[in-house]
Amino acid sequence: MANLKELSAAVPERLSSGHRLCAGCGASIIVRQILMGTKDPVVVGASTGCLEVATTIYPYTAWETPFIHNAFENVAATISGVETAYRALKKKGRIEKEIKFIAFGGDGGTYDIGLQSLSGALERGHRFVYVCYDNGAYMNTGIQRSGATPRGASTTTAPSGKKSYGKKQRRKDLTAIVAAHNIPYVAQGSIANWSDLITKAEKAFNADGPAFINVMSICHRGWRFNQQDTVSVAKAAVESCFWPLYEIVDGKLRITYKPKTKIAVSEWMDKQGRFKHLKKEDCREINEEIQQEVDAEWERLLKREAADSDN
Amino acid sequence: MAKNKLTPLMGDQVAAHAMRQIEPDVVAAYPITPQTEIVMNFSQFVADGRVDTEMIPVESEHSAMSACVGAASAGARTMTATSANGLALMWEIVYIAASTRLPIVMPVVNRALSAPINIHCDHSDTMGARDSGWIQIYCENAQEVYESIILAVRIAEHEKIQLPVMVCQDGFITSHAVEGVELFADEAVKDFIGEYKARFSVLDTDKPVTVGPLDLQDYYFEHKRQQSQAMEDALKHIPEAFEAFHRAFGKRHVFVESYRAEDAEAAVVALSSTAGTVKSVVDKMREKGHKVGLIKPRFFRPFPAEKIADLIGPLKAVAVLDRSESFSTQGGPMYSEIRGIMYDEPKRPRIINYIYGLGGRDIFESDVEYVFRQLLEGVKSGKFEKQVGYLGVRD
Repeated sequence: MANLKELSAAVPERLSSGHRLCAGCGASIIVRQILMGTKDPVVVGASTGCLEVATTIYPYTAWETPFIHNAFENVAATISGVETAYRALKKKGRIEKEIKFIAFGGDGGTYDIGLQSLSGALERGHRFVYVCYDNGAYMNTGIQRSGATPRGASTTTAPSGKKSYGKKQRRKDLTAIVAAHNIPYVAQGSIANWSDLITKAEKAFNADGPAFINVMSICHRGWRFNQQDTVSVAKAAVESCFWPLYEIVDGKLRITYKPKTKIAVSEWMDKQGRFKHLKKEDCREINEEIQQEVDAEWERLLKREAADSDN
Repeated sequence: MAKNKLTPLMGDQVAAHAMRQIEPDVVAAYPITPQTEIVMNFSQFVADGRVDTEMIPVESEHSAMSACVGAASAGARTMTATSANGLALMWEIVYIAASTRLPIVMPVVNRALSAPINIHCDHSDTMGARDSGWIQIYCENAQEVYESIILAVRIAEHEKIQLPVMVCQDGFITSHAVEGVELFADEAVKDFIGEYKARFSVLDTDKPVTVGPLDLQDYYFEHKRQQSQAMEDALKHIPEAFEAFHRAFGKRHVFVESYRAEDAEAAVVALSSTAGTVKSVVDKMREKGHKVGLIKPRFFRPFPAEKIADLIGPLKAVAVLDRSESFSTQGGPMYSEIRGIMYDEPKRPRIINYIYGLGGRDIFESDVEYVFRQLLEGVKSGKFEKQVGYLGVRD
């Protein structure tokens, strides 16, 4: 594969500089890497959230490709309308070119409020790519807990305190929920593994039906670390197997990256202020549980991969 | 087709037939009683290849309107249909459709909002949406439903209007009653609506547009102002659609219908199917020498204030019948608006209000006659018992 510079030169720039996302934000990196997955014209949809508000403050727009934002919970339904219009008009000869459709939603707009809209669009089989940029909380409104917030993280609606260690519940396994729709392509990716992510984006754009990629996004404001560490924090999530990289193609799961030496989840957590309360002595048990949960999930994926490759 | 040949159809079927003839590029819809037959009938037209429409069988009304916003932003002629709780569920996006200036046409089969859950007619659903920025047309019967849906396409897509339109009919009363309907030839309908060419499309990748941007203190207000201007312009330009409709089909449409109200002392103002009941009572009472009439607004948005004021001004007493409650303690929504527009009129009648028919409670001719008698007695005595009353309810 070409290097990142060559890849970005090979596709038109769809998200221009000058947008108002924070320096060190994972969302814009995700958008650029994902859009390197196709040379075709792309129509982009986005749910309400950081990406949308920071790129489209009227009268400006950072989008050099058609863009549509409707509301928070409905980007999947919205892009399904756009994609259907495309098929309708193409059938009538009113449009000829090949166009790709993509929806970006944050974890709030995807795991939580937009889950139904996403599920419906997947079931209906629209040809579109859905990318969840999962930064693990409602960052746009100020770091509120979501169904994607990791256990133990402190957020403004599940803060750590004298009687709380932050969020008590486990994350929802959205990627598995999406895979249960039996769509042609499902994957998890990370900006730290850009080559892996761009390859996944290419596959997603070429899938004959809905495709979904869950990408861990990085929010240094919500996760509490210095903005220059975005990629290293992303990398630690992958190396600890907190954020496993895999794909499910036509129902078969394959892990696309296996860390040579799996690091402890605490190594990833220690980089972030949102977990700092867990360093207290009385949090030992919860730390152990978090590690066990990550280990168990990694084991499950390894077993599933082995089983799928036998079939 | 021979002129005046009538086809027996239910209100819902008629709506589906109008949609078949319009043949939108995209229909995204979800079934809900009593709108279901519209979606069912139209789905059959798709299945039988009678239309070339791409149908999106969405998982909720919220997604129905969301997909419509997507499709319309892509330059497709787009329709949906709903009722009651379905309209309530799509509420957020109903506003977005109007504010994005998308000419979506939506037949609405009026049904009471929950709770308690009820599937029958009242106007609480669309009256609640009266401030959403949609044009609203209310239909007395199946013929009006048919013609109004076709007319609505022309209105919505008018270059000076560019607003979505709801075409409302009464749940079950109209939607499930069979009436003889004069259908126009498919070709005539196609000619009337013409081909839709959107000014902007997210499918135009050579000239990319950003739809739905963040719009803050420095521009939002101007955009809202433009939207109110569009509604004012709609009042100006809808008559062009009326004229075109008359040229194409020989039928007249108006903002407000007056039925024997010109020389009346007392009149009732009523929307939709109740207007038919009132007309019958007017005829009977006129035979007995009572000077009564009906004023039937066809449009509630834009509100045809001037027309209504002109019709009401010369009367002595008026009862506004509202088939929905606003819980303002000051009467129903239509009543408030009509009283509001009459405030500055030099000559204005006494205007009272009856809320009636909630949850599908029938309104009988005897109820309407009672209203007229209250008005006529009030005119005589100068005294009106109640400003706001409830008609046909067990108090």
